Amino acid sequence: MSIDTETARRVAKLARIKVEDDALPALAQEFNDILGFIEQLNEVDVEGIEPMTSVTPMRLKRRKDGVTDGNQQDKILANAPDAREGFFAVPKVVE
Amino acid sequence: MLDLSFESPKPKVIAGAKHDWELVIGMEVHAQIATKAKLFSGASTQFGAEPNSNVAFVDAAMPGMLPVINEFCVEQAVRTGLGLKAQINLFSAFDRKNYFYPDLPQGYQISQLYHPIVGEGEVIVDMEPGIARLVRIERIHIEQDAGKSIHDMDPAMSFVDLNRTGVALMEIVSRPDIRGPEEAAAYVGKLRQILRYLGTCDGNMQNGNLRADVNVSVCRPGAYEKYQETQDFSHLGTRCEIKNMNSMRFIQAAIDVEARRQIAILESGGSVDQETRLYDPDKNETRSMRSKEEAHDYRYFPDPDLLPLEIEQEWVDGIAASLPELPDEKKARFVKDFGLSEYDASVLTAEVQNASYFEAVAGAAGDGKLAANWVINELFGRLKKDDRDITDSPVSPEQLAGIIKLIKAGDISGKIAKDVFEIVYTEGGDPAQIVEAKGLKQVTDTGAIEKAVDDVIAANPAQVEKAQQNPKLAGWFVGQVMKATGGKANPAAVNQIVMAKLGL
Amino acid sequence: MSDLNKLKLAEARDALRKGDVTSVELTEACLSAIEGADALGAYVHKTPEIAIDMAKAADARIKAGDAPDLCGLPLGIKDLFCTKGVASQAASRILEGFKPEYESTVTTQLFDAGAVMLGKLNMDEFAMGSSNETSVYGNAVNPWKVDDRQLTPGGSSGGSASAVAADLCLAATGTDTGGSIRQPAAFTGITGIKPTYGRCSRWGIVAFASSLDQAGPMTKDVRDAAIMLEAMCGHDPKDSTSADLAVPNFEAMLTGDIKGKTIGIPKEYHMDGMPAEIEKLWADGTEMLKAAGAKIVDISLPHTKYALPTYYVIAPAEASSNLARYDGVRYGRRAQIGKGDGITEMYEKTRAEGFGHEVQRRVMVGTYVLSAGFYDAYYNRARKVRTLIKKDFEDVFAQGVDAILTPATPSAAFGLGEMQNADPVQMYLNDVFTVTVNLAGLPGISVPTGLGSTGLPLGLQLIGRPWEEGDLLNTAYALEQAAGFVAKPEKWW
Repeated sequence: MSIDTETARRVAKLARIKVEDDALPALAQEFNDILGFIEQLNEVDVEGIEPMTSVTPMRLKRRKDGVTDGNQQDKILANAPDAREGFFAVPKVVE
Repeated sequence: MLDLSFESPKPKVIAGAKHDWELVIGMEVHAQIATKAKLFSGASTQFGAEPNSNVAFVDAAMPGMLPVINEFCVEQAVRTGLGLKAQINLFSAFDRKNYFYPDLPQGYQISQLYHPIVGEGEVIVDMEPGIARLVRIERIHIEQDAGKSIHDMDPAMSFVDLNRTGVALMEIVSRPDIRGPEEAAAYVGKLRQILRYLGTCDGNMQNGNLRADVNVSVCRPGAYEKYQETQDFSHLGTRCEIKNMNSMRFIQAAIDVEARRQIAILESGGSVDQETRLYDPDKNETRSMRSKEEAHDYRYFPDPDLLPLEIEQEWVDGIAASLPELPDEKKARFVKDFGLSEYDASVLTAEVQNASYFEAVAGAAGDGKLAANWVINELFGRLKKDDRDITDSPVSPEQLAGIIKLIKAGDISGKIAKDVFEIVYTEGGDPAQIVEAKGLKQVTDTGAIEKAVDDVIAANPAQVEKAQQNPKLAGWFVGQVMKATGGKANPAAVNQIVMAKLGL
Repeated sequence: MSDLNKLKLAEARDALRKGDVTSVELTEACLSAIEGADALGAYVHKTPEIAIDMAKAADARIKAGDAPDLCGLPLGIKDLFCTKGVASQAASRILEGFKPEYESTVTTQLFDAGAVMLGKLNMDEFAMGSSNETSVYGNAVNPWKVDDRQLTPGGSSGGSASAVAADLCLAATGTDTGGSIRQPAAFTGITGIKPTYGRCSRWGIVAFASSLDQAGPMTKDVRDAAIMLEAMCGHDPKDSTSADLAVPNFEAMLTGDIKGKTIGIPKEYHMDGMPAEIEKLWADGTEMLKAAGAKIVDISLPHTKYALPTYYVIAPAEASSNLARYDGVRYGRRAQIGKGDGITEMYEKTRAEGFGHEVQRRVMVGTYVLSAGFYDAYYNRARKVRTLIKKDFEDVFAQGVDAILTPATPSAAFGLGEMQNADPVQMYLNDVFTVTVNLAGLPGISVPTGLGSTGLPLGLQLIGRPWEEGDLLNTAYALEQAAGFVAKPEKWW
């Protein structure tokens, strides 16, 4: 599997990372180096093998239904780059 | 179990310019699970709080924060599955659905793609007495709700409130078994009713606690039957998904207008693109959300912060044992035990509080039919006039039963009973005491009635002659006697005596 | 007492309890050592005022007779741990200015035990790296130096390793996703243990790859590792993957007696082109354990070869999702946006200038392997191979092997910048001996056992059975006793 610049562009877009056009070929090459390395996995016979769901299996922890958190608007907004009137403000989202 | 037999309704047919078309509809209903706290955090689910106040660090996806599941959400989903007679999966797992949006702080929604907690079930959607649609449920999974973005507070900015972020939802996915706009609305209505009976969702559509994505396609008559035989979707048309509908009226309107849009495309030789659309109620049209869709590749994978959710059959059995009587069973029982019409039984079981009220009245009064009449016609009408809910009815079931008992004992007439009802409704009090105190008890003393009849006959010889020729006119005498006794005379006794005295 | 910063945890603990020294004195000694060591780039956020306040509180506790093991002992904290009110950036520009309103579970446990925080330590950005060269703060530097080159302290816990080796703290926290505790420990001549996955809570530690990340101590010897690990471990109801198991007294298990223990030597770890000094170190270590009474057996871990490619699917995939939250909306850096830019441009610019090159690369690789059409070919296949890798270990443990001895790294520390032009896979090979342990969720410890031909420290790794850190630490203790490694870097900074 060889990654071309179009694929690199699409992946960068999916990851929401701006990559300038002239950087795409080098990025695609890096992907190819790494994916070439990963291709080794195709040698392994995985027929009938379960994919790992948990490396140290145990029962999923559960909580009781009760309000134990929240009421901390100041702390939630304390690190915000732009907070206004109790909201996080972001550049306009067009729906 | 009690069952009411039913037939399937006819599918809605829309006449196109060239020929007829049928609709095929499947729905994904998002129901907010009724809980105190969120799915993976201890923050409150309360609606209408100050922005960003019902938010834990994990809801805001602060670095290093981790989810821990609210066990009651799981229980509620299982309860819902049982209520929809569905398969409960003892093994389920959570997956991340990855996409960027400002009201999705983690950059992914925790959902259940590969292993949902509930599998196949069914819902009987009543259309009219004896007519209902059986809609198959494909699956129910648990997932996180997103926050809220507000776009109209500032011309250049959108504002984000995370209060709803991480609230637990059940996504209830139906098979494409719904065949018209009315059925679609009725399906949502029936689901809502069952969820409210179960107490797993409050069904408040206005607050967005119950919303539906509607998949609509159209096909030529006969195609759907081929799909049914083979379960092969290629017999059906290409579907469009109308997102996020939270009103029954809009659901119907949107389906209708979307179906007509698709028909117009197909009849002019075009093809329908599978896509996500938004319904605009002001313009009554759907429009494409393609811009939002093009980059979507959700990259689902199992959430490594959570282990698979394994539940025990005994736990499920315990929930099953605690399930309340559900609308279909209750309705069938009302028909059978109280001799109600299916229509009356439907009305009374629409909301569980109504049904409980009715049962209390019927039990105390010892007459189901009379109780049904009074609850449906008098009580509901009066409450509606005041825009009140049954839960704050000023007339208690005991009071209403008291009125019915007075009617049954012949102590008051139906007409007087309505007056008594109004008094109880507005002033309260014990119906029997009111009747006593206000002297409303009807006269059953035949001597007094005979005298009143004699007086009326004596005063109206011409009418007597007419009545003797045309017995239908005897009713006039009954009316006169009732008037003379201030309505307190027992109408049956009056009737009997009038007939006798007139020699009819 | 002089050179208090050079004390080990156990020594300082005993001195504090005897009243020979105060926590404030220990802390001041470390703070002044830190002041003179900026050339090492180990500390990235110094917190002297907090340190002195904590030291005073610890001294009061000691006086009152309430002194847990760590009470009054000054530690450095890896920047990956969220520390309340103190910058916690994971060495990334994208978390510029971020001060958490909460404290990670591990640091909470350490501070509840009375430990003193000296400051935050350098690391590779988001723990992605093996040389501490991807940090937004600049490189951390190895205090060991044998020529005019500056050497890497390893990564990702490079600042922690550098600080412990240079006595800029008594011990430090680290985290290990593919070797990030053990490799830098080996490069700097110190001890580092990654416990069984689920031993230490991950709550409040900036996530890299959730199914692999574990915190652990980086210390001057095995006893210190035992003491500090015990304080870091324990069940946390806030982490669904944290194990609800009792934590034993690890220090009490250090008897040095390993008679009758079976030590496995995996043949697959004899890599082509491995330096002779590493082969020799490993052979010497094997002899030491044998001399101490252990039974040595050759074992096979047949899927070893596939561990690195498996890791480089799973870790980037999880990271691509874990790092989606760094979007400039709720915390950290937001890029300046241009006229007409909307939310998408804000995301793309913020993440392009906020993430360094290696992080961007891994996020995009992870995005690719999870994308439509590739999930089964890459991610699901890697999860299946991971099952096989874990089974390799289960099989040898089932055959009676108590611990496995391997080299910790394929080489001694290399020069900063030397790998700059290599393709990324060359750098990834640094983790070849350590990454299997993360994939299998096992405990692994790196112990310095000798100096290489150039005079740089080298370490061996011991891998234990799940949840048996106590036994593993004891084997490591026996190895440490036998090796008698005491070399320290000469101060040049």
